[in-house]
Amino acid sequence: MASLDRAEVARLAALARIDLDDRDLDRLSGQLSAIVDAVAKVQEVATPDVPATSHPIPMSNVHRPDEVRPSLSQEDALAAAPAAESGRFRVPQILGEEA
Amino acid sequence: MSATTDSYEEVLERFDPVFGIEVHVELNTQTKLFCGCANGFGAEPNTQVCPVCLGLPGSLPVTNAKAVESAIRLGLALGCSIRESSRFARKNYFYPDLAKDYQISQYDEPTCYDGAIDVILGDGTTVTIGIERAHIEEDAGKNTHVGGTGGIQGADYSLVDYNRGGVPLVEIVTKPVTGMGLRTAEVARAYVATIRDIVKALGISDGRMEQGSLRADVNLSLRPQAGPGGDQNEIPFGKRSETKNVNSLRAIEKAIHFEVARQGALLSAGKAVTQETRHWHEDTNSTTPGRSKEEADDYRYFPEPDLMPVEPTEEWIEELRATLPEHPGVIRARLQAEWGFADLEMRDVVAADAVGIIEDTVAAGASPQAARKWWMGELARIANETGTDLADLPVTPEDVAELQDLVASGALNDKLARQALAGTLAGEGSPRAVAEARGLAIVSDGAALESAVDAALASQPDVLAKIQDGKVQAAGAIVGAVMKATGGQADAALVRAIILRRAGVEG
Ligand SMILES: [Zn+2]
Repeated sequence: MASLDRAEVARLAALARIDLDDRDLDRLSGQLSAIVDAVAKVQEVATPDVPATSHPIPMSNVHRPDEVRPSLSQEDALAAAPAAESGRFRVPQILGEEA
Repeated sequence: MSATTDSYEEVLERFDPVFGIEVHVELNTQTKLFCGCANGFGAEPNTQVCPVCLGLPGSLPVTNAKAVESAIRLGLALGCSIRESSRFARKNYFYPDLAKDYQISQYDEPTCYDGAIDVILGDGTTVTIGIERAHIEEDAGKNTHVGGTGGIQGADYSLVDYNRGGVPLVEIVTKPVTGMGLRTAEVARAYVATIRDIVKALGISDGRMEQGSLRADVNLSLRPQAGPGGDQNEIPFGKRSETKNVNSLRAIEKAIHFEVARQGALLSAGKAVTQETRHWHEDTNSTTPGRSKEEADDYRYFPEPDLMPVEPTEEWIEELRATLPEHPGVIRARLQAEWGFADLEMRDVVAADAVGIIEDTVAAGASPQAARKWWMGELARIANETGTDLADLPVTPEDVAELQDLVASGALNDKLARQALAGTLAGEGSPRAVAEARGLAIVSDGAALESAVDAALASQPDVLAKIQDGKVQAAGAIVGAVMKATGGQADAALVRAIILRRAGVEG
């Protein structure tokens, strides 16, 4: 079964702000469906007595003490930014595409 | 009757309001949630940032132990269960207030869940509010919109300061609260006040709404009343609005009033309520629609692979449970006994949300009665007139204690004290500083008053004769003249005594 249809892929693309044309949508809905179907096979063998795994390494409570470490300077923080102004990152207009 | 004139009261005759509140508590840890950058206000923009909180490639977050501890203590204080194993999740969205394009939050496994908290209303009624969950997440940075009208709509571009990005928050989500009728707005306000009191008592946040360290979103919907013989539980919830950033106790009440009236008018007119996010406007006491509510699916939550699960041991949880403060209601009863307030007095204090303020004023040296007199009298009047909460007035408990000290020591009378207070509220400094700067002081310097009396008697020569004829009340004109000459600062009793002495009459 095709588990992801074209409309769903188009919606995901919109959410991820990826511009896909019709050909991309056709191609990717096929490819992504194949991936989803493969993952679905794993679900078939997963029984309720097998706990879900989000972290393969059996570690927990990796914490650090609440102690201040030096931050970057403003100059260094902004060094890789495409644009900056008044010590702040300058970003393009935020609303417009939805809202 | 036009659809827009339905009042809160009218609407609630026909509908059962259902509300839920999400409170974001900013924790007062030294550092951010996942990096060692300082957690503090007021620094130059982008000077409390590092590769982790800027989301630079190759950086790895590590959880702040103190933030987890604070969240667990808060969860316990809210009667929550603490999950044996909880994990963080990425909430994906495109908005540049976080540099990573996702916020690290918790989704299906919050650290604290399923609690309940008693909220005591002004008249002593207790209402239990169910807590769905309390989860840990990171705060976002601050956007400044440039161009247009300064809002996000129509801006040319935006500037971002990430100092606050990554600061630890606990988000507390209530279960739906139903059946409160006319008391809905009051209950909602009292709930948020209780959360604030709890986080302050725990010492995990300063809980100051006006500074944004406690922020509330209010969900509200209406459903028809079941009517006689009907089962209200059978009636499904209506479509809800989520009003964002309602950031004062007074605004919580007003936002609920507004939304009840707005939704009631729509429903009465046969129209539908849209499920949406709305913005609260403090200036007009109203809400306007924001972007339509994204579904949880749209955030594409998935477990945060870079962070290990939080698995507190039973021993640690019990250790933390032992550090919990008393419930605000218990604290309140103890304070009432300590202060010797009558039930009615205490009820007014609670209703005005002045318990903590009076407690702080007493701690600063004022007597409980004096603290109550100032906060519930002059200051409550001013707060009312200006439409602010007591806590948001630009006067501190220390100021009020200092003011009372000036009165008690005889340096100021009540009238002068109110002038000093007005100066403090106008930003002129502490009451003592205002009194000095404005030259407010009771003049009880005998020589100065004697010359003022003599000057007044000289300008009204007939008065002395009248007094000597036994018309002692004629002295009032001279007292008035002296008070006028000294700007109301003369010690009136002393002035009167001097006049009578001049007339050779015994008072
Ligand atoms: Zn950082």
